[in-house]
Amino acid sequence: MTNGLHIVVCGSLVPDPLQTLEPVATPQGPGLKNEAMLPSVLDPWAGHALFEAANLAKQAAGSKVWLVSLAPKAKLQQLMMTVAQKAPFELVAVDGSAGGFTDARGVADALADAILAIPGLDKSKLLVFGGCASASRDAGVTLQMVCERLGIADFFMGVDEIKVQPDGSFSVLERIEGGRYLASSCAGAPAVLAWATGNLPEPPNSPQVGMANMRFIMPALQKAKPAAVGVGGIAYEKVEVPAQKRATRIVKDVPAEDIAKEIVEWVGAADRP
Amino acid sequence: MKAFVLLHTEAGALPKAALEALGAACGLGLPFSVGILGQGAAAAADAVATCGATGFAVVDAPEVAQPRYASDAAAAAALIQSAGAEVVIAPQTSRFARCLPGVAARLGMAVDTHIVSLAAQDGAVKAQRWFYRQRILSSFSRAAHPWMLLVDSGVNAPWQGAAGAAQAQAVAVDFGESRTTVTGVQSPAADAQTIRPEAALLFVAGAGWTKKQRDGQFHIGRAGGIIQTFLAAAKASLGSSKSLVDLKSEGQETLGFMSHMNQVGQTGSTPRHLKGLSTCCHGEEPHAVGWRFITERRAINLDPNCGWAQGKADVVYVGDAFEIMEKVNALLQS
Repeated sequence: MTNGLHIVVCGSLVPDPLQTLEPVATPQGPGLKNEAMLPSVLDPWAGHALFEAANLAKQAAGSKVWLVSLAPKAKLQQLMMTVAQKAPFELVAVDGSAGGFTDARGVADALADAILAIPGLDKSKLLVFGGCASASRDAGVTLQMVCERLGIADFFMGVDEIKVQPDGSFSVLERIEGGRYLASSCAGAPAVLAWATGNLPEPPNSPQVGMANMRFIMPALQKAKPAAVGVGGIAYEKVEVPAQKRATRIVKDVPAEDIAKEIVEWVGAADRP
Repeated sequence: MKAFVLLHTEAGALPKAALEALGAACGLGLPFSVGILGQGAAAAADAVATCGATGFAVVDAPEVAQPRYASDAAAAAALIQSAGAEVVIAPQTSRFARCLPGVAARLGMAVDTHIVSLAAQDGAVKAQRWFYRQRILSSFSRAAHPWMLLVDSGVNAPWQGAAGAAQAQAVAVDFGESRTTVTGVQSPAADAQTIRPEAALLFVAGAGWTKKQRDGQFHIGRAGGIIQTFLAAAKASLGSSKSLVDLKSEGQETLGFMSHMNQVGQTGSTPRHLKGLSTCCHGEEPHAVGWRFITERRAINLDPNCGWAQGKADVVYVGDAFEIMEKVNALLQS
């Protein structure tokens, strides 16, 4: 811990969740209508990973955080205007599709190549962070593939907490079924952690942090290597937004007693364990 | 085409999700074998001995008594390699979601997760899964094999049948040295347990519970009492909107028993319950994401035109959730 950690956060952009998404066919496979124009946000779980990384780096002197992001350069530049003010990091940009229909294997290879190419990265201090799944592909497989590509033996999924000890070992809480946590201890870096929400709030914007980050962001975007990620071997047959509209019955101007009775009858009809 | 069903035990027996994956595999009509890892794997194989599998293989070493990436990945890789199947079907449990994508990468397999439908047509396997957090549904297949598919829990009927003698073959695994030690499982105290995956009803609390009420005052303590009383009386599981759980991490006064673990939606879970009752939630598409797999949906809302409720809930009760839920609790306890 005293020598610091090298924390690499893998995270990309996803459409703003308030946007309506409509799938369309493209020559490269399925995509989203007006995908290039859709407002984007940092992938939420990856965002939590970034905030946890920055917090961890602050506690360990000599630590450094990189954000490795695979996305179209122009959209990434827009996103950095806000994300760069949240936490100190050095951007490593990879130019390619951030769409949800791409095959995770190609994405993992591009991310692993970008990590391995980071100058001065010390694998003995390396923690790779990311979200437990993206809000686009939502598969939860990419970081395990990166883990294997990097030859790292320890992986943790759905992490909400890491506590690093002075000797470099750390304890982790991973989400498991039923609202429980699996508690583990690890001998130390290198390791890969796929974060759930963690426990930190979103940091406030800091213009000072943003200015410092920007010194690296523009050069990183300029030298972003293209990555040929695509649908890979997936043969999509149908991609659709299923009709979900229900005929909603509005119950209003009815006494609370009557509403309560109806709810109790409805709840009671369930097979309560 | 031959399939391989990979399962794990939990507390010495196959969990429901494993039996569901087995049920899905049986439904494909392909010849298949079964592999099981974990404590009590041989006994678990006997429990499903009559499922129609052509063979059983197990790893029941002390290293797989607890879920851990390195040991689970080594065991799963050994089992898959011993089977030599073109399609591997496994349950989407936290244990397999952690390790199997890495195993697929290690063995050069394709992998897809959160599968909600599986079918075999013309000698090929076709699958369905959601993208963009349950907004877009896709049907797809892969020409490349071997192909690993993790099947979501709650979408297939669990396999049921008689036990027998599986005569499972033990598979040897080189685990190597482990750097990670599992130290235990942390569960909430029984009286604080609010997440019940098996419950018939999901109760979702929105941020409205922590806002000023009609008298211009906050009633957060009263809100907590109402919600906890209802959860206990109805044996319901508790979900929350992101805005409510975020209050806690931002240091604001909120419901003490609520955590990010309760969160449904974009950065939360997408639980599967028969019924869902939402209260004080405001209408945005992200809230609906968490409700995608709730069969019957009702809402209590002050706004009859709320975007979440209109078209997404079956019934919207327009009224004060405090007042209505207190009366509901009184009826449930009477």
